Amino acid sequence: MRSRPGSIKSNTGAALADPVLQEALAKLKTGFQAKRKIAAANLPEFDALRDQARDMKRAVLDDLDSYLEIFESKVIEQGGQVHWAETAQDARDIVLAICKKANAKLIAKGKSMISEEIMLNHWLEEHGLEVVETDLGEYIIQLRKEPPSHIIAPAIHLNRKQVASAFKERHKELDGDRPLDEPRALLDEARAILRQKFLAADVGITGANFLVAETGSFVLVTNEGNGDLTQTLPRVHIVLASIEKLVPTLEAASLAVRLLARSATGQEMTSYTTVTTGPKRAGDLDGPDEFHIVLLDNGRTAMMGGPFEDMLRCIRCAACINHCPVYGAIGGHAYASFYCGPMGAVLTPALAGLEDWAEMPDASTFCGRCEQVCPMRIPLPRMMRAWRERAFERAITPAATRFGLGVWGFVARRPWLYRTLVNLGMPLLAMLAGKRGRFAQLPLASGWTKSRDLPAPEGKTFLAQWEAYKKGGQR
Amino acid sequence: MAKEPRVGLFATCLVDAMRPQIGFAAAKLLEDAGCIVEVPPSQTCCGQPAYNNGDRETARALARQVIDAFKEYDYVVVPSGSCAGMIHAHYPALLADDPNYAALALSLASRTYELVSFLVRVLKLERATASYGEAVAYHDSCSGLRELGIKDEPRQLLAGVDGLELRELAGAEECCGFGGTFCVKYPDISTKMVNDKVADIEATGATTILAGDLGCLMNIAGRLKRKGSGVKARHVAEVLAGFVGGPAIGEER
Repeated sequence: MRSRPGSIKSNTGAALADPVLQEALAKLKTGFQAKRKIAAANLPEFDALRDQARDMKRAVLDDLDSYLEIFESKVIEQGGQVHWAETAQDARDIVLAICKKANAKLIAKGKSMISEEIMLNHWLEEHGLEVVETDLGEYIIQLRKEPPSHIIAPAIHLNRKQVASAFKERHKELDGDRPLDEPRALLDEARAILRQKFLAADVGITGANFLVAETGSFVLVTNEGNGDLTQTLPRVHIVLASIEKLVPTLEAASLAVRLLARSATGQEMTSYTTVTTGPKRAGDLDGPDEFHIVLLDNGRTAMMGGPFEDMLRCIRCAACINHCPVYGAIGGHAYASFYCGPMGAVLTPALAGLEDWAEMPDASTFCGRCEQVCPMRIPLPRMMRAWRERAFERAITPAATRFGLGVWGFVARRPWLYRTLVNLGMPLLAMLAGKRGRFAQLPLASGWTKSRDLPAPEGKTFLAQWEAYKKGGQR
Repeated sequence: MAKEPRVGLFATCLVDAMRPQIGFAAAKLLEDAGCIVEVPPSQTCCGQPAYNNGDRETARALARQVIDAFKEYDYVVVPSGSCAGMIHAHYPALLADDPNYAALALSLASRTYELVSFLVRVLKLERATASYGEAVAYHDSCSGLRELGIKDEPRQLLAGVDGLELRELAGAEECCGFGGTFCVKYPDISTKMVNDKVADIEATGATTILAGDLGCLMNIAGRLKRKGSGVKARHVAEVLAGFVGGPAIGEER
């Protein structure tokens, strides 16, 4: 289920050496981070809303079965169809069957992280369908045959020039000498092409930001309006949503919506917030003839009741990603997972197995900023630590780490041995460092000394000196 | 305060081994503020490396060892937000299922403080009597900031140091890339983070960078020195206690 080859370790070098990526990541601070801060400060009840949203979502998860049943019956009542997908393959099969039944050739897609999770595009294309992403960022990376590098800003790793060259390379029907230097020109070109696709598409597929139990509706937020066109123009609309997207009421959905954009982009609301209930009715001017909701589990039920349940509160705002210093250093592709950053570090092992993904929760400094900004107050460091505990129990943790920890633990649990060793070792190290007071190189510490000097110990340990001081009565 | 509080000083393994002067600075600040300071000799490590790397059993064993070493004191004071955060924020959950230690862990957690926050919050210290004629920037170490809410206390005490000019660091709340074992497991990412931190420090024009955690300071100082920067790194306690005559962290002796 890797969305890109490699591991964080093997991808780090390339990520750090990519000047375009680094320039984009540097803008996180003045962009998403700064905007979120202002948006939060402008809403005095922001933190109180976070508490409410956490409690609301906890209540839903405690009783998810009932809410899902209510939701299903309401969708059917409104003329829609509900499909249950236990696995990624189930979901792919269901979506393909709906498309086949509709004799579809062209599929328009709104942005959906679940479709990345189940690698839907690849599956549909393998079965002869043309799939077009309609979110501008998603469209760009689709042209470049790349996965998203950010859950809300999928093409954040690219600059304008790269977008222009992707357009020139893939829009072969257009004049090769057309000017594409201005963002406006890129936008106009994408808009013109996507407009044809919207009109020609047989099936529209979108994700859902929230599913509303009391009405059988779903809520979709976008800044481009592409989600609305995707769901209203084609004959058939498929909503692909995971089961934890459920909220009990429209009121609860509005609470979550108030937190979502502020946490994500620092907007009070996104440009479009659309609540949709069922297919087109008699007398409606637009809307699909068929309305399908595919409810995906794919490992989420297994998270319930365990240490990772809190993760199911996530509303995919990306605040944790935007504030993560590790993401800020390497970007999303380096994670090689469809979900990246702190939320990905917790979610990916849960959905795709710890054996292959133990590195994600490992690659964190536990600085805690992700939890600090999470609108749903998800304890991300606690859950990354829980994954590390499982990795340690199952001996997935690398041998070198286990050995180092073992030696340290053995010594630290024997204070007499510990004291003996540090009392011998520290003066020796201080002597080796000499007047310089630091090491430029030290065996076994190359991870440190590759880029940093290692400050040397002063000499005698504090405890040894303290004892002497207490005996001698002076410092 | 009615009587002199008896404080157990948990020096932390890094201070004990690498920079004893921080331990003495902490002791001086506590004694000057009217505490009886003792340093239990059976202290080693708070268990954080094991805890953060998934070795829960070793972390539990070390937590029990720390509890045994410190249970008789009115307070446990630690010159490190990270180790204080470990005891305060994590021991109770770590030992919640241990019938012999669950209550002790809770009790110790409630009496454990990071040094500077203890001086301000518990001892109500309003100003330090030291002097330091330099422009300094303060780096908020992640655990102290986010697990213990320490933000104003160091700034408040530093503001009272004679001759000291405090400059705010852009990205003061951003991780320096130390992260315990992170810096050796992911050295390239860590280097990128400490580079950003060092750039922020240099942009302030401050001649000294201060923090409350020796781990972060060794990381920052190590990078500053490798770059040939003249900016000094010191623990905030060293400045508050006036222990600034000797070399800064990683400097020539």
